[in-house]
Amino acid sequence: MRIAPGSLAAAAILLLLAVAPVATGNPFYQHIAALVVLAAISASAWNVIGGYAGQVSFGHAVYFGTGAYASLLTFDKLGLPPIAGAPLGVLASFVLSVVIGLPSFRLRGHYFSMATIAVAALAQVLVTNWGFVGGAIGLMGPASPRSIADLLFRSALPYYAIFLGVLAVLLACTWLMQRGRTGFYLRALGSGEQAAASLGVPVRRYKLYALLLSGAFTSLAGSLYAVFVGFIDPDSGFGILISVNMVVMSALGGAGTLFGPLVGAIILVPLEEITNAWFGGSGTGTAYVAYGIVIMIIARFAPGGLAQLWQLFAWRRRRAA
Amino acid sequence: MILLQLVIDGLLLGAVYALFSSGLTLIWGMMNVVNFAHGDFVMVAMYVAFFAFTLLKIGPVLFIPLAAVVLFCLGVAVYYGLVRHVMRGPMLAQIISTFGLALFLRYSALWAFSANFVSLPDNLVGGTFQFGELRISAAQLLAGITALALTLGMHLLLTRTDLGSRMLAVSEDRTAAALVGIRPDPMQALAWGLGGASAGVAGALIALFFYVSPEVGNSFTLLAFVTVCLGGFGSVPGALLAGLAIGVIQSFSAYWLGPSTKDVVVFALFVLLLWVRPQGLLGRA
Repeated sequence: MRIAPGSLAAAAILLLLAVAPVATGNPFYQHIAALVVLAAISASAWNVIGGYAGQVSFGHAVYFGTGAYASLLTFDKLGLPPIAGAPLGVLASFVLSVVIGLPSFRLRGHYFSMATIAVAALAQVLVTNWGFVGGAIGLMGPASPRSIADLLFRSALPYYAIFLGVLAVLLACTWLMQRGRTGFYLRALGSGEQAAASLGVPVRRYKLYALLLSGAFTSLAGSLYAVFVGFIDPDSGFGILISVNMVVMSALGGAGTLFGPLVGAIILVPLEEITNAWFGGSGTGTAYVAYGIVIMIIARFAPGGLAQLWQLFAWRRRRAA
Repeated sequence: MILLQLVIDGLLLGAVYALFSSGLTLIWGMMNVVNFAHGDFVMVAMYVAFFAFTLLKIGPVLFIPLAAVVLFCLGVAVYYGLVRHVMRGPMLAQIISTFGLALFLRYSALWAFSANFVSLPDNLVGGTFQFGELRISAAQLLAGITALALTLGMHLLLTRTDLGSRMLAVSEDRTAAALVGIRPDPMQALAWGLGGASAGVAGALIALFFYVSPEVGNSFTLLAFVTVCLGGFGSVPGALLAGLAIGVIQSFSAYWLGPSTKDVVVFALFVLLLWVRPQGLLGRA
């Protein structure tokens, strides 16, 4: 059996991810590692609809915020552990996917992206003005652990393990999807919707399947974020930058590839943490200047992201050999 | 009387929306590309006006044309540096390219000028006109009338001049236009330049009566989307009517439902429109 260099590299990355943070023993690095995997979950979830199916959503913060608010509302209103809200968030994301997706999927290309921006902006304003969910102030998680179910740990390692588990499940789902009929349908409609429809791909149904999977895991990422950070407000849940992160990480690593978003997260999250450390409070802005440049460079020179460059490199080497 | 006041306020504001939206619709009509950074162009123009006044000590008569020139150049530069290369690339590249530009402009402004609100002095174009119970601020009147005149001017340029016909030819069919001797590249660059200039003038006009901050661009982008969508993609007269309508809708919803809801109403209208009638109220199917 011949093993492709791509999957070998991927296995090496996963192994490194599993071992490195434990090995360093440095709490700061462990914290960053947890953030990397968390970002990789939402970026990989975005990738299902935005990368494979080619429907570029700038509004995935809607799902992220739904998950985050579901978990902290469960704690705030019912007194249950925040993580108990995660399934509720996933259920809500299904409803949202159908309600938003069915009408939006009539729109193609730029129109779809414009609609997603507006939906997210609308959601953010509504949540900000809705007192029941904490309005502009937001919601807090439990201050001190009441039981193990509250998932409050001093170290970032337990979170890291949980996030890694969820990421593995998501990547397994994506891999299965990619190999099967759904994957072919999605890639077909991603590269040419009219052509796909004319060949008998049930376009809107498969877009909806992709959005259901994508929204569910984005919502789960939001719930995990809320458990990890213990605080959520309209900006950190529904803000446009939440969506931006998913787009830029997928695009950098390679939209529509299995490991692209993970690679993007591994590169960009530490970069953002470093600029934050350098520039202090004003650092967030600086990171997004860089993201803007990264996005423009990818769009201009390598729309396939690093995955495309890697393939180019591998192809050259094979031809030389 | 209050109704008339609301209508007039709305129309004056709407004329400015119409101006920058006509730039977006022109770019869309020429090459089927949405400029996700359009509102941030307006933001840049507002800073140009602000710094022209505070640093160069020049008044509106000079800083409005200055903003137009600066943004014209920005538009042309964006076309040659970015858009030209992604236009025939994959959809993902087309969509994210100007979105990346928006991020770059917005956060560069945040980094350079901080998140603080700044504004031009109130009395730069001072005074209010009083007609019975109606009060119209001179700054808004100036902005509204200038914007209205320039939007109409843009329409005339596109429909009544030789240059406009060339641009129309390129938008209809790039290859055929090239065959009859019209080079598509300068025409499309011109569309980006004019699109930028319209945002430039509109931004300088808005700065006369509105605060300036790095984040204002986001809501202008969405406002331009709503306007273009309502008026039909690619139609300047459509953008004019839609801009005026949206100004009036905003001023009524701010009055009846409170100022914080005026964006909700417009965004909701946009989502509804895209879902129900994506080709716009006046657009062709």
